[in-house]
Amino acid sequence: MKLNFQVEGGNFAKAGVASSEVKKVLKKLGVPPMVIRRIVVALYEAEVNIVAHAQQGIISVDVRHDKVEIELRDKGPGIGDISQAMQEGFSTASEEVRAMGFGAGMGLPNIKKNADELNIESKVGEGTTVHITNYFAKP
Amino acid sequence: MNQSNQLELHHAIKIAPDKCRACTHCLQVCPTEAIRIRNGKATIIPGRCVDCGECHRACPYHAFYVEQDDLSRIFDYKYRVALFPAVFVSQFPENISEEQIYSVLKQIGFTHTCEVEQPISVLIDSIKDFAQNEYDSESPIISSFCPATVRLIQVKYPALTDHLVLRNAPHDLAAWYVRQRLAEEGIDPSDAGIFYITPCAAKIAAVKSPVGEKKSIVDGIINMSEIYNQVMAKATGVTGNFHSCDCRNEISREGILWSLPEGEKAAFEGKSLSVDGMHNVIRILERLEDGDLPDIDFLELRACEEGCAGGIMMTGNRFLTADRQHSRAKNFPKAQSSVGMEDLAEKLRIAPVQPRPMVHLDTDMEKAFAKMEKARSIMCHLPGIDCGACGAPSCLALAEDMVRHEARMTDCIYIQQLWQKEGKISAEKAFRNLEKRWGENRFDMDCSKRGAKNDNGFGLMNEGEDADLY
Repeated sequence: MKLNFQVEGGNFAKAGVASSEVKKVLKKLGVPPMVIRRIVVALYEAEVNIVAHAQQGIISVDVRHDKVEIELRDKGPGIGDISQAMQEGFSTASEEVRAMGFGAGMGLPNIKKNADELNIESKVGEGTTVHITNYFAKP
Repeated sequence: MNQSNQLELHHAIKIAPDKCRACTHCLQVCPTEAIRIRNGKATIIPGRCVDCGECHRACPYHAFYVEQDDLSRIFDYKYRVALFPAVFVSQFPENISEEQIYSVLKQIGFTHTCEVEQPISVLIDSIKDFAQNEYDSESPIISSFCPATVRLIQVKYPALTDHLVLRNAPHDLAAWYVRQRLAEEGIDPSDAGIFYITPCAAKIAAVKSPVGEKKSIVDGIINMSEIYNQVMAKATGVTGNFHSCDCRNEISREGILWSLPEGEKAAFEGKSLSVDGMHNVIRILERLEDGDLPDIDFLELRACEEGCAGGIMMTGNRFLTADRQHSRAKNFPKAQSSVGMEDLAEKLRIAPVQPRPMVHLDTDMEKAFAKMEKARSIMCHLPGIDCGACGAPSCLALAEDMVRHEARMTDCIYIQQLWQKEGKISAEKAFRNLEKRWGENRFDMDCSKRGAKNDNGFGLMNEGEDADLY
């Protein structure tokens, strides 16, 4: 089952729409609550990242019988050094974004913590694609 | 039906079918989509209902009621204790004194009176002890004071049950406390009945089937609006005095404010957030699930706006009640130390609260998957108007009912209309379908409905009453 969402960069009022919809679907499927929680936290963080940093993005969620595969593709500044960005506390968010309670530099580490599999590809000046896969049962 | 395993759960909210006109107001406000119209009457899906009372509030026909024990049952006991929360006192007009309110309770037949929120320091210290020494998951801890929000979390936010404070509510504390007091007076426990007067359906449901403990300590429940009427009728005639059987020694400022917004929050250091009103509670729980709340140590939730001052069986206005409660609190000292009451603290512990997720389409995930795909296809056909004329709260809810085999395509009046135009169904058949959902003769002319010529206000006229008198 495929769910697609467009994300508007800079519009924090709409941040969380995708994670909220995905959460509803997973609850209805009867996916274990703690599994849903990890997926939603990872997806929400990644969604906010697009809003905070990119001009626009597309989120494609593929819900399978045993797992969820999420792709978040954005047009944006890209990430220069992914391993640096994965460190807790590292942030390039503007003062404005931080004042709104975002951009504390916990985003990517938090995604990593909650994703079973995480893959990030990025080109500076073009954009970033994040793949998150979470399984419903522990393999 | 995957909801059947929850049938043993007790609910306090009931529907009087003779009053229900299936006007669909309740459908739209239910936070767990627990209501459907069947055969022209609202019905509640038991496993989904959290007893919050939003339907009770929304119903223009007063068709929802809250079950209670008969007041005469208090006379089954030699000693009769009225256990009531501070909001009960605060909702009366200023010209009725506390002494008069207490006196009327005794006139009704209670031998002892006890306000619920005492000795509150035992609860405060016990919750602090839980936070510091027992809780080892992610912050925040969530208050378990409001039983409607506890049930909401079990049903709709099952991953958050781990956050709940594993402590009883003040009414349990006060019930144990008053039992101790009675014992001190030399009263045999089997001679004493404790009756809890409450403004809250969820509290009643919680007392009848407590979450996280085996048995509740109170012997009966009395609907607060009934006692309110008694006090209003009798208070002006009594010259009230407090009496030695009034259990008032532990009334404190903190206790009086406990059930209002920020009542619990005030007792805790660290960052805490107080949220009242069902829709606000839902929004904050969604954010907590998303991991989108800043670090908060304590989350206080109240399903009713203005906390218990806005309880569904409160007669007084919630803002006036809260205001009087704040004024009243100033007359009482700060809560005394809980030292020496460790045995009471022990009574407050409850077992972990179990999640009981109710929103899934099937207990088998593969089947749920197939059902969801089918529901999504059905949604392509439904109009997306969410009018409730099918008896479900939304088009999506109807589609999900269909895949559970609890509803049919023709329940949608727009689909029926379309099918008639396309010649797929006769007008006769379409109308019969409507009557199946809404009841026979439901569409006959009826001048007694709300806003119609002979609208007599709330409720049905009793037989023999002459409508012309009005």
